[in-house]
Amino acid sequence: MAEVNTGDGGGGKHDKKRAKKLSTRIDMTPMVDLAFLLLTFFVMTSTFNKAKTMEINFPADELDPSKQQKVNNALTFIMSKENTIYFYYGEFFPANNKDGKPATELTKTDFSKDGLHKLLLDKNRGTVEEINKLSEQLKTRAIADTTYKRLAINAKGNKAALTVLIKADDKAVYKNVIDLIDELNICQVGKYAVVDMMQAEVDLVTAEGTK
Amino acid sequence: MPKIKMPKANTSLDMTTMVDLALLLVTFFMLTASVRVSEPVVVDTPSSTSEKILPDNVLLVSVDRFGKAYFNISNPQVRIKTLTRMGEQYKIEFTDEEKKRFGAMTSIGVPMEKLKDYINLDDPQRQKVKSPGVPSDSTNNQLGEWIQFGRIEAAKQAKTEKEKAESLGRDFKYEQMSFAIKADGAANYIAVQDIIKVFTKLDIYRFNLITNLEQAEE
Repeated sequence: MAEVNTGDGGGGKHDKKRAKKLSTRIDMTPMVDLAFLLLTFFVMTSTFNKAKTMEINFPADELDPSKQQKVNNALTFIMSKENTIYFYYGEFFPANNKDGKPATELTKTDFSKDGLHKLLLDKNRGTVEEINKLSEQLKTRAIADTTYKRLAINAKGNKAALTVLIKADDKAVYKNVIDLIDELNICQVGKYAVVDMMQAEVDLVTAEGTK
Repeated sequence: MPKIKMPKANTSLDMTTMVDLALLLVTFFMLTASVRVSEPVVVDTPSSTSEKILPDNVLLVSVDRFGKAYFNISNPQVRIKTLTRMGEQYKIEFTDEEKKRFGAMTSIGVPMEKLKDYINLDDPQRQKVKSPGVPSDSTNNQLGEWIQFGRIEAAKQAKTEKEKAESLGRDFKYEQMSFAIKADGAANYIAVQDIIKVFTKLDIYRFNLITNLEQAEE
């Protein structure tokens, strides 16, 4: 059936006397060709990487905007056009407010290494140092994996840890927000929320933009 | 003819081991390969350093760069049931054939009124259709309805599967449906926020934002 005779092609006069030696070899070349072709095809087309995600909780809608301001140690970022970021620290005070506090001024920064990254590391130094210490301990096997995770979450959720509010105006793109959240994760900021802008902030950003 | 026969050089190699290996690899790749169905929209997701992998059981809303929304459910059975519920809501009857076709489709970006025609198109034609996006504004919040029905049907499906597994005496691993948002990096944030508001109005606050993996800078 599937045998292919090799070598006996000469055709001598002994042919009739000798029993034909059956070769057990099969010419596998075409099969191998096909197998490799298929292999190449599947290697090329298969995608191993499943989509990666970022888990995030959004605040409920009825969150009172006035309550947002009660957060202590808060840093508010406002994303605007062309990848610019404005930020202010602490509570927001509109101009000529009742309490007579100086009006909030926005500071401008960007996504460069000396901009956002440095700022976040600086503001969140306490937590970053604590987590670095913990990972050092993890490396030397002083603490277990699970303990490390628990302590790191504790450190991030600490009352003294930085809280970040993320706001975006109508000119910001989705990528900006993702980049910012990503940077927060890198800089070990555990408490952040994406919230709506207040009208006073919108006005302030508009004024800043036309400057 | 020479009298001494020269030994014939054997040119054939023993390829058995190589073939074994090659076929093993082919089998592996064939089994692991997943069919990628063409999406009606190209979404260029932004990158992040997050390494979390997207769960299998998801309700996915894609947002393209113009802020149009597309709806998808990963589980085909839940998809079909959701379509039935949506059909009841909008008084549109879908045949079994249409339901079957819908189960094999990916994201949809057409309003209910056009869905029947859209399902009945052939694959190549369907790709040519410019999807207007699933409407999600307050007067015509079809996206919200899709999400709501999808959620209900997913819970029902999980329940029936659990009962079935219990009656057969098997273990049942319940994976809750997660909600994923796949938005284009260039989309206006306010447009994405509007989609998120659709979810938060339905008391869904936890999302998976789909991103590309990027190497973290030290």
